[in-house]
Amino acid sequence: MEKRPIHLAINGRQYSGEVEPRRTLVDFLREDLDLTGTHVGCEHGVCGACTVLLDGVAVRSCLTLAVQANGHDLMTVEGLAGPNGELHPIQAAFHKHHALQCGFCTAGFLMSIFDLLKSRPDIKEEDEIRKALAGNLCRCTGYSGIVAAVREIAAQFRKEPS
Amino acid sequence: MSRAVFGARVERREDLPLLTGCGTYTDDLKLPGMLHAAVLRSPHARARIRSIDVSAARSLSSVAAVFINSDLGASDKEIPLLQPNPLLLPRMQRLLAKDEIRYAGEAVALVVADDRYAAEDALDLIEVAYDPLPAVSDLLSGLEEGSPLVHSDIPGNLASRFTLGFGDIEAAFSGAELVLKQRFKTHRGGGHSMECRAVLAEYDRRANRITMWSATQAPHLIARLASEILGVEEWQIRVIAPPDVGGGFGPKAMFYAEEGLVPFAARALGRPVKWTEDRREHFLAATQERDQHHEAEIALTRDGKVLGFRDLVTFDTGAYVPWGIVEPWITAATIPGPYKLPTFQVDMRVVYTNKVPVTPVRGAGRPQAVFAMERMMDLAARELNLDPAEIRRRNLIQPHEMPYKMGIVYRDGAAVTYDSGDYPACLQKAQELAGYNTFREKQIRAHKEGRFIGIGIGLYVEGTGLGPYEGAIIKIDSSGKVLLTTGATPQGQGHATTLAQIAADELSLDVNEIAVLTGDTGAIPFGVGTFASRIAVNAGNSVLLAAREVREKAIAIASNLLEAANDDLEMANGSVFVRGAPTKAVSLGALAVTAAGARPGYTLPPGVEPGLQATHYFSPSQAAYASGAHVVTVEVNARTGDVKVLDYAVAHDCGRVINPMIVEGQIQGGVAHGIGNCFYEELIYDNDGQLLNASFMDYLLPTTNEVPTAKIAHIEVVCPLNPLGVKGVGEGGTIPAAAAFAAAVEDALRPFGVTVTEVPLSPEKIRKLLRGVGR
Repeated sequence: MEKRPIHLAINGRQYSGEVEPRRTLVDFLREDLDLTGTHVGCEHGVCGACTVLLDGVAVRSCLTLAVQANGHDLMTVEGLAGPNGELHPIQAAFHKHHALQCGFCTAGFLMSIFDLLKSRPDIKEEDEIRKALAGNLCRCTGYSGIVAAVREIAAQFRKEPS
Repeated sequence: MSRAVFGARVERREDLPLLTGCGTYTDDLKLPGMLHAAVLRSPHARARIRSIDVSAARSLSSVAAVFINSDLGASDKEIPLLQPNPLLLPRMQRLLAKDEIRYAGEAVALVVADDRYAAEDALDLIEVAYDPLPAVSDLLSGLEEGSPLVHSDIPGNLASRFTLGFGDIEAAFSGAELVLKQRFKTHRGGGHSMECRAVLAEYDRRANRITMWSATQAPHLIARLASEILGVEEWQIRVIAPPDVGGGFGPKAMFYAEEGLVPFAARALGRPVKWTEDRREHFLAATQERDQHHEAEIALTRDGKVLGFRDLVTFDTGAYVPWGIVEPWITAATIPGPYKLPTFQVDMRVVYTNKVPVTPVRGAGRPQAVFAMERMMDLAARELNLDPAEIRRRNLIQPHEMPYKMGIVYRDGAAVTYDSGDYPACLQKAQELAGYNTFREKQIRAHKEGRFIGIGIGLYVEGTGLGPYEGAIIKIDSSGKVLLTTGATPQGQGHATTLAQIAADELSLDVNEIAVLTGDTGAIPFGVGTFASRIAVNAGNSVLLAAREVREKAIAIASNLLEAANDDLEMANGSVFVRGAPTKAVSLGALAVTAAGARPGYTLPPGVEPGLQATHYFSPSQAAYASGAHVVTVEVNARTGDVKVLDYAVAHDCGRVINPMIVEGQIQGGVAHGIGNCFYEELIYDNDGQLLNASFMDYLLPTTNEVPTAKIAHIEVVCPLNPLGVKGVGEGGTIPAAAAFAAAVEDALRPFGVTVTEVPLSPEKIRKLLRGVGR
């Protein structure tokens, strides 16, 4: 199959590559760029493990083709921590609240939450948070730590929006 | 001086790489020259293979090889049976199907190509001519005369039939004041770890050795069976479960065809080969749990004392029996639960069907057992007009009756003897957490508002921490830091934190001074695996005893160096010193150097072996019996059949708690599985044995919306059978959930008089119950 050139920015760095039009974005990230922090859980857009931000908006990288990301700005879990490795507040809250066990779904949750707190900085009620997170599946934790982490971090974001 | 960390909420040491996208899962690994495999799976549940034409697939330039059964040579073998049993007629799957297909999803061919896309392209070009045959898709009809046969030489599809019991059951029933009888249909579901299975293998031609990475719960098991299949010695295979395995829940605790095929292909091609299961394959080829039918009977006195319990259980085992009859046995032996039963009998029928093989999924046959017993308790309470908590209380084994001999044998062949526990305390605590005593008033008020709320209880006793063993090697390096190696490999449970906590206390070190290496058969010769809630007991006590030995060794060597008696020496903060004279000290690093023989001419104290290291394999004498009570509150929408979980309370006993944060995480996660089990997760097969809902769009896992945060209380009754006093906790959160919810839904719908006899309880099924009573 004929390959197409693509150029995109990921976590502030420029990447170029050649991909078959059918190549999914997640395979491009994982296989071609070795950005293996984004995971593949179902390949049909339900579990959310592969969530990344495309121009700041959460998308399923298993349902997005790499060529669709051409010319766009991506952010993956590798881009969350600060330049010196300091954890993003969401990451720190996940650690504090035992919001991860096997860690396979974690990247997807973190990216969905990043999008959530940016698009709805005033989110507060547990019910609302739970509804907003229902697009990501976790099989280990039973979600309580994840919800607790988001409640805490949302309160911080309301105080000092970044 | 470091503080004791056993029992503390130590934050997890595993988290940092996982939070930053730096985890290492099997599919993240890449080796130079690596090829990718894809598996062709049968679309039929039962069929004869007439011919396979792979020529078009092989002709693709991107394809390195296509393997079918006839290409496997001496490796065309059945996967060895893990647990043979004279009561079982075992039939096992081959790496690739030979003549007959026995479930839709069975592996037929393996393609190895430049990348996964090319490999899947090639799958499409393989022509298989199948003669489809009628399939056994339902366990009860599989037993009927004239049913198709899953294995032509197994009459009646009966893999096994056995009876467990004690006491004069006939006399108990004939003399009883009340006998109740009820059929139940229970279902469990898939493991559905978020990471599917994955295998990578590399063959080193010069050393004639294979290294295999697998997202497995049991690397030593994989190594042993792979050596058997590949016809090599065990030392020629090293299996590594990478530090990160994305969940297990049971289905990753067995040897799969792909764990033979991938290293076979890597050796044949002389290049590394990787295969990663996709979610659809996980539905079609990773083991599951499915249906059990129970015909339960309970005999009681008028005041609610149970005189006898009997149950005819029919168990769907799928097309093959990789775990033998372990799981049906667990079901049978778990039914008595926390109750004093004068008589008991289970008649178990294990049936082959043309479906994915059944092996344990979190709970391992126990949720179904608990469902049967607890539902009967609720029915009896209703019949006798007793409170469901009260009838249970009247039959509970009391703490002073421990150890309590149940009168049956467990799957390890030992008598079921509950070692310890306080069942009344668990029940009482869970009731308190749930506000049980004030619930009836709330319920009446809700009814007046036209709302239907209900409360339900589920009690369980779980045999955890079974042997044969797990091991630990504790080694102190010249830096004074510790390496803890164990065969017990984690899938998110936090071994690197909890096991380090145990070692830290024993060696008077900080947790962070202890590195933990897991799941590498090259690093520790023996291991069993992380499943069956067995790691705290088996690996935990191994760590304790190995660390203790290292401590004694350090003191013995220091005694020589410092010319002081052992009793005058103390270990703390990374050195051994003379009590009262802390300047007379030697660091652990220096002791390690001495013990390693780096001081030529120095003589080790008598009986001390070289190396500041010790290995211990802990082998428990029998199961450690954990227990607990779950009390749940739900609201049922009688019009739609929708159920909302209002409250979830757990009081449980897993012995001494190593790390409450991690234990609570295990319980909360287990509860989520229980909610899935009770309301959402059903593998629906049609009459041809086709799985109709093989996607997360149709097979629903619970989300944040469905799983409330459980209230959890730890009732710590020290286990007398191991030095740490611990019991397992990995499955307890799941085990009584379905039973408790069934009771709560039934209680909510009490005004209508329905009886819940089946899970999963979809809205449709609840509506059907209500329609049955004219609502």
